[in-house]
Amino acid sequence: MKLTLHIWRQQKRSTAADFKQDGRMVRYELDGVSPDMSFLEMLDVLNEQLIKKGEEPVVFDHDCREGICGSCSLMIDGEPHGPQSGTTTCQLHMRSFRDGAEIWIEPWRAKAFPVVKDLMVDRSAFDRVVQAGAFISVNTGAPQDANAIPVPKADADRAFDAATCIGCGACVAACKNASAMLFVGAKVSHFMHLPQGRVERETRARNLVAAMDKEGFGNCTNQNECEAACPKEIPVRVIAEMNREFLRAKAVEEPPSGKRVGGDG
Amino acid sequence: MKLDSKIPSGAIHEKWSNRKFEQKLVNPANKRKYKVIVVGSGLAGAAAAASMAELGYQVECFCFQDSPRRAHSIAAQGGINAAKNYRNDGDSVYRLFYDTVKGGDFRAREANVYRLAELSVNIIDQAVAQGVPFAREYGGLLDNRSFGGAQVSRTFYARGQTGQQLLLGAYAALSRQIGLKAVKMFARTEMLDVVVVDGHAKGIVVRDLQTGEIRTHAADAVVLCTGGYGNVFYLSTNAKNCNVTATWRAHRRGAGFANPCYTQIHPTCIPVSGDHQSKLTLMSESLRNDGRVWVPLKKGDKRKAADIPDTERDYFLERKYPSFGNLAPRDIASRAAMTVCDEGRGIGDTGLGVYLDFRDSIQRLGKEAIAARYGNLFHMYAKITAEDPYSRPMRIFPAVHYTMGGLWVDYDLQSTIPGLFVCGEANFSDHGANRLGASALMQGLADGYFVIPYTIGGYLAGQKPGSVDGKRPEFAQAAASVAEMTKRLLGIQGKRTVDDFHRTLGKIMWSKCGMARSEKGLKEAIASIQGLRADFWKDVRVLGDGMNVNQSLEKAGRVADFLEFGELMCRDALERRESCGGHFREEWQDDGEARRDDQNFCHAAVWEHKGEPKDAVRHQEQLHFENVHLAVRSYK
Repeated sequence: MKLTLHIWRQQKRSTAADFKQDGRMVRYELDGVSPDMSFLEMLDVLNEQLIKKGEEPVVFDHDCREGICGSCSLMIDGEPHGPQSGTTTCQLHMRSFRDGAEIWIEPWRAKAFPVVKDLMVDRSAFDRVVQAGAFISVNTGAPQDANAIPVPKADADRAFDAATCIGCGACVAACKNASAMLFVGAKVSHFMHLPQGRVERETRARNLVAAMDKEGFGNCTNQNECEAACPKEIPVRVIAEMNREFLRAKAVEEPPSGKRVGGDG
Repeated sequence: MKLDSKIPSGAIHEKWSNRKFEQKLVNPANKRKYKVIVVGSGLAGAAAAASMAELGYQVECFCFQDSPRRAHSIAAQGGINAAKNYRNDGDSVYRLFYDTVKGGDFRAREANVYRLAELSVNIIDQAVAQGVPFAREYGGLLDNRSFGGAQVSRTFYARGQTGQQLLLGAYAALSRQIGLKAVKMFARTEMLDVVVVDGHAKGIVVRDLQTGEIRTHAADAVVLCTGGYGNVFYLSTNAKNCNVTATWRAHRRGAGFANPCYTQIHPTCIPVSGDHQSKLTLMSESLRNDGRVWVPLKKGDKRKAADIPDTERDYFLERKYPSFGNLAPRDIASRAAMTVCDEGRGIGDTGLGVYLDFRDSIQRLGKEAIAARYGNLFHMYAKITAEDPYSRPMRIFPAVHYTMGGLWVDYDLQSTIPGLFVCGEANFSDHGANRLGASALMQGLADGYFVIPYTIGGYLAGQKPGSVDGKRPEFAQAAASVAEMTKRLLGIQGKRTVDDFHRTLGKIMWSKCGMARSEKGLKEAIASIQGLRADFWKDVRVLGDGMNVNQSLEKAGRVADFLEFGELMCRDALERRESCGGHFREEWQDDGEARRDDQNFCHAAVWEHKGEPKDAVRHQEQLHFENVHLAVRSYK
């Protein structure tokens, strides 16, 4: 296959205020691409050729290359992770493109995800949101036997569907508001369906929503682009669930600082 | 090099309790005065960092990924073993211990393995308390499945994403401690050296992968949780960035490296499709619960799988190992697959593949039941190969997956450098010469949650907190040597890319130090690697500078280490004149089955660094089997 690539090249880290700083689209011609290559293997081939020509290779995040670590990103022809649904960029194969195709490759664009270099972005905002409360506050030690808390299979399955989020950020990149509500909703949904997670449901909902706003993610206007872009096909119901949890938390009196509301309410 | 395994006294089931009791403690008020560095944020690292912070230690945690959640533990698919006996099928701590010692072909330390089996039950409790969504039955209780090398159902799982769910549990615990400011997290930061002061590990040198800054961090102890070295083969199921650098550089500073030749070749991976291939993808071993492995009976049978009747198929695992069948351990299953391919009965265009067929299970259980168990794996297979595994059998082939060797540690997980601890795949301790399926997650979490938080206290109690600060000259010296190497790599400006060297090394390792090894092949490999290493330092091309993101530079440092490590691995394989587990020497076999030599090799080989890999000195830790008696390992 023969391809024409247009790739965003940027030397310096962009600031939140100017996310297009110093970058530009650069055109590359690439020949000898096999349809069995993954999209990232195609970029590997380009990079090998660039190095041989004495040009700096294109920087992009990647690691497991089996669709689970969430490192890879890339806006491909305007779609996060490219044209195939339910697929990360590393699992996208060149057989999804036609010979002679012209492909535009850009980094995620969002105020909360500054570009680090070329196609690499800083997604640490997601980590900070998680640190604000996407956990169950148990220390390592000797909890009760695992089978002491039965969980109805349907609940366990719903929790699992949300827990499959890989934290890649496609939902944010797809959203015209750069909202992180699918990501945060997935966290809320995962814990709200488990009895262990219900103990801290109010504080979790309040803290996660506050952290998400603080990072500069936008709000949801029900376009559902996030669900379409999500490589793990996390449903938008998690956003509704998060909103419900948040409203519910608002209806419950906030605890005096330093104390948590216990119980199921 | 002194190798004191520090195995506690008492009967096997009393050893861990005895150690916990004998150990000196650090009182809670003093814990906050000690700083501990954890390198790596996978199952072992995240669990260790979170648990030690909960105890009150100041923890600094480092990972090269952009987030601790992305460590390669995330990719583990099949499950995690625990001796819960929820199935009522005769499982027990002792049986898990027995299976693991036998599965490791009698090359692991009994006391460590017993502790692992003992702690396995706590891991499941801990994970469930954290909200890990394990698979459940309709009654709400946890489900189990079977894995290779065991005749009981003791594997807990979360669809085909068990590693992901367990890692997210550990990452959540770690994130909670980061939020509480008990752990300082340094992502996109790569460890490039250990700082040894007065013989003790007291800090590390790191490179900030975004700014290129090289700096040092001082602490009272260092814990390496940096995974395995499978990428020495270039193609493996490891993530692209997995590397040996942290453990290798610790080795160069004096940590003994044990059994580097023990590598696990996993039988069920998607076959290579071409030269462009950058990594191999595993199809979970759990698929062998319901999939049957076969090749055509006749050589060169090019018919479609569906057109070959049962009478003309060879279900070779069921035929050769009737009592374990398709659930034979990984090393055995991999070699059996290689044998049928060598006989010319392999399938696919390359002839390097065997079928994993779900036809019978789909008929028996229905497509829906199979989809519920393995849906995401089938989906992944279809994505990669563009073939539908529900209607035609999967094509699979063995690939490098896990490394049992690693830094030598004593019972307390301390390396030969005092103050340097090693957890998870990075150490050598629990799997002997072959790891059983669903045991890696178990070991990583046991080490991180339940071993290191105790044993590190025993070391720290003998240390004055903050006794060494970063102003000692050893820190500046170590940082200077890292800066010097970076400068050297950037200065060569040769013709060949880093990947080109890595690929060449991988081919040498796979053909000469892969599934079958021989004296002749290993000697050739050593010579080739030495030549390749010399070429690397003359002809590698790394562009750009050191003061920005530079992925070629990162890779170059890792490949430079693989080029040294690969040679040591071949030397270890050469010196181990027997076959055991994943280490198969052509000269020591009985009709394709490994022949151990317990007379001469019932030991762990521990290498001491002496400048060049060719000068490394081999030491031995004798292994004693007092509970599980040495026997020929048979799965027939």
